Amino acid sequence: MIALVAIVAVLLVIATAVQILKIAELRATESGKEIYEISAKQSKAQAFLLMVFLVAYFGFFAWQVWKWGGLMLPVSASEHGVGIDKLMNITLWFIIPVFIITHIFLFWFSYKYSFSETRKALFFSHSNKLEMFWTIIPSIALTVLILVGLSNWNKIMTPVASEQEHILIEVYGQQFSWTARYAGKDGKLGRASVEYIEGVNALGIDVSDENAKDDKIVKGEFHLPVGVPVQFVFRSQDVLHSAYMPHFRAQMNCVPGLKTQFNFIPTITTEEMKKITNNENFEYILLCNKICGAAHYNMQMDIIVESKEDFEKWLAEQKEFSAE
Amino acid sequence: MSAHQHPHEEQDFLFKYVFSQDHKMISKQFLITGFIMGFIGLSMSTLFRLQLGFPGESFWIIDFLLGSWAENGVMLPDKYLALVTMHGTIMVFFLLTAGLSGTFSNLLIPLQIGARDMASGFLNMLSYWFFFVSSVIMLISLGVEGGAASAGWTIYPPLSALPQSIPGSGLGMTLWLVSMAIFIASSLLGSLNYIVTILNLRTKGMTMTRLPLTIWSFLITAIVGVISFPVLLAAALLLVFDRSFGTSFYLSDIYIGGQVLEHSGGSPILFEHLFWFLGHPEVYIVLLPALGITSEIVSTMSRKPIFGYRAMITSMLAIGFLSAIVWGHHMFVTGMNPFLGAVFTFTTLLIAIPSAVKVFNYITTLWKGNIKFSPAMLFSIGLVSTFISGGLTGLILGDSALDINVHDTYFVVGHFHIVMGLSGIFGMIAGVYHWFPKLFGRMLNNKLGNLHFWITIVSSYGIFFPMHFLGLAGVPRRYYTNSEFPLFDNLLDINTLITWFAILAFAGQLIFFFNFVYSALRGPKAPQNPWKANSLEWTTGVKHIHGNWPGEIPAVYRWPYDYSKVNENGDYVTGEDFIPQIVPLGEGELDGGGH
Repeated sequence: MIALVAIVAVLLVIATAVQILKIAELRATESGKEIYEISAKQSKAQAFLLMVFLVAYFGFFAWQVWKWGGLMLPVSASEHGVGIDKLMNITLWFIIPVFIITHIFLFWFSYKYSFSETRKALFFSHSNKLEMFWTIIPSIALTVLILVGLSNWNKIMTPVASEQEHILIEVYGQQFSWTARYAGKDGKLGRASVEYIEGVNALGIDVSDENAKDDKIVKGEFHLPVGVPVQFVFRSQDVLHSAYMPHFRAQMNCVPGLKTQFNFIPTITTEEMKKITNNENFEYILLCNKICGAAHYNMQMDIIVESKEDFEKWLAEQKEFSAE
Repeated sequence: MSAHQHPHEEQDFLFKYVFSQDHKMISKQFLITGFIMGFIGLSMSTLFRLQLGFPGESFWIIDFLLGSWAENGVMLPDKYLALVTMHGTIMVFFLLTAGLSGTFSNLLIPLQIGARDMASGFLNMLSYWFFFVSSVIMLISLGVEGGAASAGWTIYPPLSALPQSIPGSGLGMTLWLVSMAIFIASSLLGSLNYIVTILNLRTKGMTMTRLPLTIWSFLITAIVGVISFPVLLAAALLLVFDRSFGTSFYLSDIYIGGQVLEHSGGSPILFEHLFWFLGHPEVYIVLLPALGITSEIVSTMSRKPIFGYRAMITSMLAIGFLSAIVWGHHMFVTGMNPFLGAVFTFTTLLIAIPSAVKVFNYITTLWKGNIKFSPAMLFSIGLVSTFISGGLTGLILGDSALDINVHDTYFVVGHFHIVMGLSGIFGMIAGVYHWFPKLFGRMLNNKLGNLHFWITIVSSYGIFFPMHFLGLAGVPRRYYTNSEFPLFDNLLDINTLITWFAILAFAGQLIFFFNFVYSALRGPKAPQNPWKANSLEWTTGVKHIHGNWPGEIPAVYRWPYDYSKVNENGDYVTGEDFIPQIVPLGEGELDGGGH
């Protein structure tokens, strides 16, 4: 019944609109013009609206920054993340002025040079000087961005040197949960393969491998020590996942059949971050950021960053693989 | 006599409107099919915006439209992914590739270069019918068991390869692959035809540097398509092999559904490379025609030559070339070798240079013009705005170090919807407003057109601009709901606002569809050259005839941008502010922007 009424209503609206259009066309023809002709006045009205839009667009931008700026990710909790944030700021300081200036020109010219019966447009087809100018300026700006960007990138992607003090953690993704495995005292992760997956051994660890015996497997949450480099290795059991740790500016895909890696140095403990964000319940998280199935939207693990002593105490409480 | 004529007439109808080999009819077929697909894609996005703006709330419209894909008026999580996947596929390929290129390449190439038709009318017809069949198969896949493909429009394996991983990877995915294979055939038939026609069938005097920028953009688009689409076909075929014949191109070391799969030695990263080898050029397959169309409109409506004609061509060539060597910027955090990441950052950021040149040239074309704001012109200005707004955030995503933290977040969704989605659709709609008289012999209503523009630009920025903020807050894309994370709790307002704008955008398009249908059937009759433009298509009659020009094809004597050209006394050379290409050069008059 509702559907029927809705259909009738829509048809009536369409019929009315058709009649209005017909009347408008007739009125235009009576005044000796065609309805599709655009007068200087009509053009000016649209040009004026473009100026209104320009102001509104900038206003909307400013309003969003004011309203939502505080909801963005807090300061980076990792060492390389500070560099990324700095690079982000440099880039924003470049693109926001370009955004504003080009828009002002675009809309101001549209407004200023709106159609008039008396004016002639300027026949101005090219200028090598101008074109050189706006080829070279962006080239220089981009060279700077590329150089700064790549120096950051190369630093971030260099794995932790094996002789340096660090913690080795494997993060393992499966539909739809995460598991973390610490390398244990020997600093080596035991061999793993899908063939060994059975029952509780979801990670497919080779029980005969000596290196595996002291590995420690945790679910739900995992801990990191502040100030110590963490070398991550990522694996997946089934489909692609992506280990995304936004507060640390860290992300890497988990690929079945391939080990991927990422490393960072945590710099701010969870407790400190609670104070910085003024949020009692703040937790660092690891979430999945590559479409992986129906429950992709709920695949998470908490991360706790704490002092080295607290971390070591926590790790000591975790069971070794051989004990399970 | 009448018995003899009857079957003949029937055949006429069939070959005139259905199996037509006339480029103008094929153009309309592409346009209407593209718009129907586009409307479906748009409706899907409005539905899943309801879920994102009001997570878990019950809507009768969702129950009514989605049937078994929803429960109690709430869509199911995996069907949310099916909607997202189909929305992306339909919008990128069916609306913005076939709908855009198919419509305007077909309409404008023969008309603007001065040809009777495409080089091969038969291949052209096949191109449309392949497209039609692929559209039908794609729509059928919505109704099969398990639902439509749900692995995202990028269909990364293993998710797309294994029905155990998501229901949509069963028959739905098979149909997706079949549909896309046919689509690619359609696209290649079209592209080859466009290239051959442009290179071989130009009328007398129509040198390459007298071509309108539309034709240049279609030519470069077609070349990019011919180079990159076959690679997607290869990727799709290998995926079919992995899915159905037990090969291991993309699969290795997988344990799913309680068992170890036998696949060994493949890599999903191979698929990603093959996919993005098309996927990134695809962005420019969408963008370049839109840029070509708006260049033509901006120049005509400003009554000024397009500024830097040769620079515009050069930048399109540069964009076309660079588009083929930047695909890796989609893969910075996939586990691809970081050295490659550095290379792709370099090539990617280079694209900003020709793009910037184009923007500055657009703006300079407006300077000291005499601009008439038709709806087409408004949408063209809108395109320049979206091209800037979306292009600039590309400098963030193209920078591998910055991409780490915004990769696959809503920042990306905001970026590509503005720079590719909006620019593509604004260019296409601008083209429809501008060339509607050529398509249907009637005029669209300007007032409704203006209203359509204002609703569209306000609501589209309302939808996509806030998404950058969601992304900077760390919200991943393709999440059914954000309510599982306390971190995202206070972002719900943003999502609700976006959804309201999405509903507004949808309503705005209804105005356009009404205007379109009404004007095509009942709109005022168009004059021959409503915009007082120079290019050749406006020398043809309003009523379509086979072969386009009744007599000889006119010869061309000048470039198409002689607007407001004056002599030493400051008077218009011909007494009017435009000089069509068919007017011979005056004594001592220079061609191509010479004064």
